[in-house]
Amino acid sequence: MAGPLNWFAQVLAITKFGLMSMPQRRGAVTATVFGIAGVVGVLVGVLSIAAGFRRAMDASGSPDAAIVLRSGADSEMVSGFGREETRLIADAPGVARNRQGPLASAELFVIINLPKRSTGTDANVPLRGVEGAAVEVRDHLKFVEGRMFEWGKNEVAVGVGAAREFAGLEVGSTIKVGRESWPVVGIFSSGGGVAESEVWTDAKVLQAAYNRGDSFQSVYVRLNSPGAFQGFKDALTANPRLTVKVIRQSDYYAEQSTTLTRLITTLGVLIAGLMAIGAVFGALNTMYSAVAARTREIATLRALGFGGGAVVVALMIESLVLALLGGALGAVVAYVAFDNFRAATMNWQSFSQVTFAFAVTPQLLGQGVIWASAIGLVGGLLPAIRAARLPIATALREL
Amino acid sequence: MSDDPTNSGTLVRVDGVDKVFHRGEEAIHILSNLHLAVPAGQFLALMGPSGSGKSTLLNLIGGLDRPTKGTVAIAGERVDALSDRQLAGWRARHIGFVFQLYNLMPVLTAERNVELPLLLTHLSKVERQKHVATALAMVGLSHRAKHYPRTLSGGEQQRVGIARGIVTDPTLLLCDEPTGDLDRKAGDEILNLLQALNHEHGKTIIMVTHDPHAAARATRTVYLNKGQLSHEPVT
Ligand SMILES: Nc1ncnc2c1ncn2[C@@H]1O[C@H](COP(=O)(O)OP(=O)(O)OP(=O)(O)O)[C@@H](O)[C@H]1O
Ligand SMILES: [Mg+2]
Repeated sequence: MAGPLNWFAQVLAITKFGLMSMPQRRGAVTATVFGIAGVVGVLVGVLSIAAGFRRAMDASGSPDAAIVLRSGADSEMVSGFGREETRLIADAPGVARNRQGPLASAELFVIINLPKRSTGTDANVPLRGVEGAAVEVRDHLKFVEGRMFEWGKNEVAVGVGAAREFAGLEVGSTIKVGRESWPVVGIFSSGGGVAESEVWTDAKVLQAAYNRGDSFQSVYVRLNSPGAFQGFKDALTANPRLTVKVIRQSDYYAEQSTTLTRLITTLGVLIAGLMAIGAVFGALNTMYSAVAARTREIATLRALGFGGGAVVVALMIESLVLALLGGALGAVVAYVAFDNFRAATMNWQSFSQVTFAFAVTPQLLGQGVIWASAIGLVGGLLPAIRAARLPIATALREL
Repeated sequence: MSDDPTNSGTLVRVDGVDKVFHRGEEAIHILSNLHLAVPAGQFLALMGPSGSGKSTLLNLIGGLDRPTKGTVAIAGERVDALSDRQLAGWRARHIGFVFQLYNLMPVLTAERNVELPLLLTHLSKVERQKHVATALAMVGLSHRAKHYPRTLSGGEQQRVGIARGIVTDPTLLLCDEPTGDLDRKAGDEILNLLQALNHEHGKTIIMVTHDPHAAARATRTVYLNKGQLSHEPVT
C-alpha cells in the first residue's frame, strides 16, 4: 500500500496542477484574493486603532508609579483634594524622594477649547496644572523643543500630540486662558503617553486663574519600587484623615483604554466578520469552479490510483494558498496605510482628546493571517469533499 | 455466453454481473447476468452499439465502478469486494487505462504525464525517470519527452497516453476507444503499438472499439448487446 511519502507526492502533484492552472481561472482567482485582502485589510486596519490607543495608554503608566484620587472617583474629573491631604499623600511611606523632597505632584486640570488643525472645529484639550515633580513621576518625559514653563508664571508647555493636532500651539504662539494670553514656551514628548495630548502649566497659576483656591484633583507619585505599591496603598487607606483611592499608574491607564479598545475591537471584528462571510462564499465559488473545471482531470488521476484523501488535501492547500495571498496583500496594504497613522480621539474618562498613532502590530498581522487561513479552509472544504466524492466513472464521461 | 471456466490462465473473470443505473425513478438495466473470461495474454476487442454498456463493463473490470450484482475477479482477486481506498491502490498496481480523449494533464510535459502513475509507487526519482524513458521509447516518442500535450498531434498524445498506461507494467491494459478520435493513419499506428505490446510483451489488453478494422487487430472479439455478450455481431 501507499506509504506516507508516496501520499505526500500525490498531494504535491495534485496541488501543482491546481496552482499551475490558476492563470486559466484568472478572474475568479483575482476576485477571491481581493475579497480576502479586503477582509484582512479592514480587520487589521480597524484593530490597529485599538492597538494604537492601548499602546498610548500603556506608555502612560508605569508600575512603580501611582495615582491617588478621592475615594469613589473613577477619574480625575470627579476627584478632589485640599492642600493638607496632598501633603499627607506625598509624605506617605514608599514614595521616592530626591533632594527637593518627595517625588509627588499634586495636580488639577481644566478643559480648554482649541481648534483642530484638520477640521478647524473646537475640541476639548486638557490644561493640567502640575507641581515640580511632575516630570519625575512620569516616564520618558523630555522636551523636544523650547523649555519647561517657569514656575509662578503664566506660561504653558505643550505635549507633542496636542501640538500636532491643534492649531496655535507652536512655541512662541500664545493661547487664551480666561482673560489672559499665555505664551507656549516648550513642547515635550512622553514616549507616546497621554501627557503628549495635554497642555501643562504651574498648578498654583492654574488654581489662581480658575479660582480653584488651594484645591487639587489628583496626586501623582513615583514609588521606591513596584513592590512599594502595596505598603503605600495600605498606609493611605489606613489613615483616618484620608479617604482615597490608590491606583497603580499602569492599571489606571490600562483601565481607561479598555472601554474604547473593546468598542473598536468589537466593531472591527463585526465588520470584518460580515465581510469574511462574503469572502467565504467567494472562495467557495472559486473552488467549486476550480473543481468543475478539473472534473475530468481529477477523475483521471483517481482512475490512475490517486487517493480521494490526497485530492481533498490538495484542493484545501490550493484554497489556502489563495487565501494567504489575499491575506498577505491585505496585511501589507493595512500596514502601509495605517501603521503610525496619527489620530486623536475623545477619552471619555477625561472628556478630552487623546492623540495616538495607529499600531499595526505583529500580533495583528498574525491575526489577519489566521482569518485569511480560516476563510480559505472553510471555503475550500466543501468543494474539496465534492471533488473526492465524485464517482470516477461518471466524472470520466464529462468532456 | 461464457468461456471455459476451467481455464487456469484466466486473468479476468466476470460472473453473473448485473449493472443497473438509476435516472430519477427509472432503473436502467445496462448489463444482465453477464459472463466474461479473458485469459492472460489475450488482446480482446469489445464491440457493440453506442449505449450498449461497453464503457460500463470496462469500468467494472478496471475497478472504477461496482456491479449491481455478480462478481468481478482479476488475477483471482475479487475487485467488487474491495473498499474505495483499497481499489485506488489496486488500480495503481494492476490497471493501465487508455482513454479516447487521452486525458493528459495539460500543465505537464509528456514525460511528467507518463511519470504520474509512478508517483504512486516507491520508486526513486532516478528509477522513475528510467521507467518513463523506457515507456516513451516503446511508443516511439523519446524525442517528444519535453513537449506539452497541446504541442503534440492527436496520435502523439494517444501514444503518451499509452506510455502512461504501461509505465507501471500493469497486469491489464484497458483501452476505451483508443482510436476513436484519430484519423485512419494515426489510428493504425496506435493499433500497431497495442498489437506489439500484446505480441512482444505479452500484455493482456481489452479494447473497446466501434471500428471493425481496429477489432481485426485483436486476437478475439466479443459483442455486447442488450446486456449480454456474444461471439457474433447482432444485426
Ligand atoms: N453513471 C451513469 N448514470 C446513469 N446512466 C449511465 C451512467 N453511466 C452510463 N449510463 C448509461 O448507460 C448506458 C451505457 O453507457 P456506456 O457508456 O457504457 O455505453 P457505451 O457502450 O460505452 O457507449 P458509447 O459507444 O457511446 O461509448 C448509456 O445509456 C448511458 O447513458
Ligand atoms: Mg463508451
